[in-house]
Amino acid sequence: MNTAPQTTVDDGEIAKFEAMAAEWWDTEGKFKPLHMLNPTRLDYITSQIAAEFGRDLKADAPFAGLRILDIGCGGGLLAEPMARLGADVVGADAAERNIPVAQIHAEQSGLEIDYRHTTAEAMAAAGEQFDVVLNMEVVEHVADPLAYLTACQQLLKPGGLMICSTLNRNPKSYLMAIIGAEHVMRWLPKGTHEWSKFITPDELYDLIRNAGLDPVDRKGFVFNPILWTWGLSDRDLSVNYVTSSVKR
Amino acid sequence: MDNPRRAPNITGMAQPDTDILIVGGGLNGPCLALACAQAGLRSVVLDALPVDTRSGDTFDGRAYALALASVRMLDALGLWDEIADHAQPILEIKASDGRAGEGAAPFFLHFDHAEIEEGPMGHMLEDRYLRRALLDAMEAETLVTHRPGTRVVGQGVGSVTLEGGEVLIARLLVGADGRRSGVAERAGIKRMGWGYDQTALVCAVDHEKPHNGIAHQFFMPGGPLAILPLPGNRSSIVWSESELRAGELAAADDETFLAALRPAFGDFLGEISLSGARFSYPLGLSLAQGFIAERLALVGDAAHGVHPIAGQGLNLGLRDVGALAEVLADAKRRGEDIAASNVLARYQQWRRFDTAALAVGTDAVNRLFSNDNGALRAIRDLGMGAITALPGLRRGFIREAAGLTGDLPRLMQGRAL
Repeated sequence: MNTAPQTTVDDGEIAKFEAMAAEWWDTEGKFKPLHMLNPTRLDYITSQIAAEFGRDLKADAPFAGLRILDIGCGGGLLAEPMARLGADVVGADAAERNIPVAQIHAEQSGLEIDYRHTTAEAMAAAGEQFDVVLNMEVVEHVADPLAYLTACQQLLKPGGLMICSTLNRNPKSYLMAIIGAEHVMRWLPKGTHEWSKFITPDELYDLIRNAGLDPVDRKGFVFNPILWTWGLSDRDLSVNYVTSSVKR
Repeated sequence: MDNPRRAPNITGMAQPDTDILIVGGGLNGPCLALACAQAGLRSVVLDALPVDTRSGDTFDGRAYALALASVRMLDALGLWDEIADHAQPILEIKASDGRAGEGAAPFFLHFDHAEIEEGPMGHMLEDRYLRRALLDAMEAETLVTHRPGTRVVGQGVGSVTLEGGEVLIARLLVGADGRRSGVAERAGIKRMGWGYDQTALVCAVDHEKPHNGIAHQFFMPGGPLAILPLPGNRSSIVWSESELRAGELAAADDETFLAALRPAFGDFLGEISLSGARFSYPLGLSLAQGFIAERLALVGDAAHGVHPIAGQGLNLGLRDVGALAEVLADAKRRGEDIAASNVLARYQQWRRFDTAALAVGTDAVNRLFSNDNGALRAIRDLGMGAITALPGLRRGFIREAAGLTGDLPRLMQGRAL
């Protein structure tokens, strides 16, 4: 293998990053809620990309030739599946320490992924272009959603696809995402989310249009407390939801 | 390797030879390989037996009761067209509480396929046709490599060592190697279970009168006797007896064996004679404590060897195959690592409850019926009478026998993977 990560960190740091990579990918650990949601997110993402670009998901490397950007890539929970499906993947994260962590895990998985410590705005300014931008659970954390989504639009080639998920703003999402997930279940650290920054589906559609993209689809991520699994819903967008939009 | 700090990881160490390594070339292993091929996954099937013992063309007395759900799956795998002409539909099932010399009890269970809309609840199929079809299908499928006469002597995470020293590496290792699974043992998976001090004597008989597609199950004091219709005037016999008695019968010559069988069998099919060889299988329950380990999954008897009282062993195994293939196909389509622990956990969660329920249920039925106590016999007769009298309950049993209950894999619903 000639894909050793191009990091300049020392051995002690590597050990720490390996431990953090193990933590990111421990399906029963700190990131369990994300791992529980991940198959449903991937079902949505892969079916939208396959439909938009006419790919057959049963083929070998169905996403070959597609350049995909994962913004807020974390440990690479979405970037790795995209690479496994044959895409040319760039993973970007504003948190510098996530980059070597994701690099180490990709190498352990035998995957080549270009991980970078950068932002959507900086990449747009540098003129980078992608077929797909994955923008999952990021927009509710940024200071200026319209400026951010405009950068995402600039990163897309004409005909490109942006998939964007976030949290709705209503009493139920306050109860579920803040009281439930952060305080009761302790799935997420307290203060992870600021409810006032949550965005309703209609507000997000307006922002997406103002950023120069055409919204084409939206679905809810719905948690089933009996089966303890997530699923997709056409109607229930009351807490977590996801949208697809294209650059005409 | 250029980076000694890297954690040991199968896909990082070497390029895998295939996606899935399947140890066991019986029925479940090849079916799994063919199902996974539909999802674009490559398999190597390692079969300890040489191919000529798998492709014998003469009837050897072995046959399977395939539930409707299993038939649908064989159809979805493209196998059914080749074998349908050799299969005998089971149109009715009659079960009764019998005692040698007294005939059937007044109440007996009668299940007629006309009571459910899906058609015959199952088919009887001779082993030779199913095996031939599986061999042909594996040969025709480019994503499946069949390696007969190949013995596994060692095992690592996602890898095996063959006799002769060759090492094969895969993303996932599957044990489809029966109730004494070497794959499970080498992975340190413990088993629990118990014997029944009972042995099943299996053979086929030719008979004078037509069976009309009716399967019979007589619950005898020594154990159940099943008479299952094969094409023509021929039936498959599964006769359970105490270990001691079965040992005597197995050792006896054909004429002595038939002389012992006739009183239990009765004369409703006329004169009977043996067709093919006789086999005997000690009965017992053998459950693996886990169905998965690191980059490893168990299917069929390797996961759960059950009593063949209702012919459910193969049907249960095919459910494992359908469930595992579906979980792997979904994972591949999403771009997940097909052998990641959370992916394999979905398979285990799906199959474990179903299997435990059936194993315990089959065990309880067998213990209840293999008893000559007068009070128990009265309760059985009453229970059977009640089931016969209540159409809803009876339809439930028919659907259960047809394998249509529970969380069915897509392949068993006749849908694409």
